[in-house]
Amino acid sequence: MNVVFWKELADHFSSRRFMILLIIVLLFGLWGSYSTGQAIRQNSEMVPPQFVFLLLVTSSGDSIFSLATLLGFFGPLVGITLGFDSISGEYARGTLSRVLSQPIYRDSLINGKFFAGLTTIAVLWSSILLLVIGLGITLLGFPPNTEELWRMLIFTMVGIFYVGFWLALGMLFSLLFQKTVTAALASMAVWLFMLLFIPVLTLAIANIAVPDASTPEAVSRQMDIANAVGRISPSTLFQESVQILLNPTTGRTFGGVLPGQAEGILASPLAIDQSLGLIWPHITTLFGLVAVCFGISYIIFMRAEIRA
Amino acid sequence: MSAVVETKNLSKRYRDKLAVNALNLTVEQGEVFGFLGPNGAGKTTTILMLLGLTEPTSGNVSVCGFNPTHQSIEVKKRVGYLPENPGFYDDISARENLLYMARLNRIPEDEARRRTTEVLDQVQLADDGRRLVREYSRGMKQRLGIAEVLVKKPQAIILDEPTLGIDPDGAIRILELIQDLNRQHNITVMLSSHQLQQVQQICSRVGIIVKGKLIVQGAMDALGRAILKGREWNFLLEVSGQADGIDRDLQSINGVDQVEKRSHGWFLRCTEDVRREVLSVVSRRGLGLLQLRSEDPTLEEIYLKYFREA
Repeated sequence: MNVVFWKELADHFSSRRFMILLIIVLLFGLWGSYSTGQAIRQNSEMVPPQFVFLLLVTSSGDSIFSLATLLGFFGPLVGITLGFDSISGEYARGTLSRVLSQPIYRDSLINGKFFAGLTTIAVLWSSILLLVIGLGITLLGFPPNTEELWRMLIFTMVGIFYVGFWLALGMLFSLLFQKTVTAALASMAVWLFMLLFIPVLTLAIANIAVPDASTPEAVSRQMDIANAVGRISPSTLFQESVQILLNPTTGRTFGGVLPGQAEGILASPLAIDQSLGLIWPHITTLFGLVAVCFGISYIIFMRAEIRA
Repeated sequence: MSAVVETKNLSKRYRDKLAVNALNLTVEQGEVFGFLGPNGAGKTTTILMLLGLTEPTSGNVSVCGFNPTHQSIEVKKRVGYLPENPGFYDDISARENLLYMARLNRIPEDEARRRTTEVLDQVQLADDGRRLVREYSRGMKQRLGIAEVLVKKPQAIILDEPTLGIDPDGAIRILELIQDLNRQHNITVMLSSHQLQQVQQICSRVGIIVKGKLIVQGAMDALGRAILKGREWNFLLEVSGQADGIDRDLQSINGVDQVEKRSHGWFLRCTEDVRREVLSVVSRRGLGLLQLRSEDPTLEEIYLKYFREA
């Protein structure tokens, strides 16, 4: 597995399409962070907000998107890019049967490819965050505190699972469809479906389930249903996790809060273990999705006939 | 002599189609075995089963004494496989391709480098080793494929259509290379092909498979005798000068079965060697002898005969 792993890793880091995506994310994402940082710096009378380094990630400043939004948007693309031709590409080049006629176990190929993809994601994600931290230190003149670092670390974990899901999905499609293009298109179709149609679909289902939303209770119930359905999509899971994880001062619930419920809430930020408690189901679901997707690919691949 | 490949009633079924039907195949240590059959006869499927790349529906396979379905690693350690149209990672050099395969075989790094140089030299690609595979011609790729099979120092190699789509000169070079490997390095070779003429030159034994069934297997000359028994002697006679009526004289020779007029001479089907008598007929008539050639059955004739009977 090691041999495959290192070769795949080298391939990922030297491939052109990966570089293009990396540059897009870096340019747009860091622009947001930079302009936020600048704004805080100019306004020197104001005491910098708590968790300023997290703000650099979540605030968009002059840019259109914040880094977190951008990662949520491009993350799937990175995952699909890394995965969609992993098996079908080898097949198309005619290298699959040659590699598998070497004395290696069949799963070492697919494992090597998958873990090389995950490692690439981890390196990418953490280097972007390290860049943001570096930028923040340069602009603001003080380092992030421990809690910010922990939150960023958990954010990285969530990110790896999130992009890892798309990687696993891309690999699954690359196994199911022997044409590389079909695999790419199918992955993109799922991505667009999750991104654009699931939000519409959730509202529609919620409206059907609770047709008459005249009382506050009904509104709240409708919202709960919409939220629950929306969590089918890994994009929703990611967005909610980010919202809780990187906004400790404001992020304390999902969905709507009735005025009565908000009464008496202290304005202090949520402790990290509380935030983690809120998004723990999200993290495990994401992990589960990755495991299921990869598991299906693994089983199909182990039983597949490898024709040249 | 021990068998390198042995199959017993090996079958493979795809949905409603029986691709390989109760195949009993034996390849002995040290021979060059030609696995012949038309396209779609089940050659590649059989080879895939030999390497554990697909599971047999029923029957037994043993390769180098191991079962490829359950001990595929042991089989793949000892057997090199060159698929039809082998592909390479074409954005890296030929050398790096070979090194990757060597690493997959867990050959230590400096040993791998040494062997890479050695096998590239063996297939006459030593000067092109640092070029990208993208720039290689088809014949070069095929030779690179053979080089790669050799990196693991195999006991046996299985080549699927090694001369497919290669010009005659390139094909001869590949066949010479295969023969050389067999003779000098004592590597057992099993090669599949539908190009009979080419394979005839280097195979010690052949097996013919049609529609998933092995029709015959054996040494080349034995196969020829078995088919064309009774009229083993065929000659082509060509003469110069006034030759009208010579066919009657030829027909009257004892042992000549049939005389056919060809565009440039006569084709004789005989029951025994009648060359001496034919010569005396020619000299009696005062004709010049241009050629008297023995027409042994070619593999092609054997093959076509079996192929049509199936």
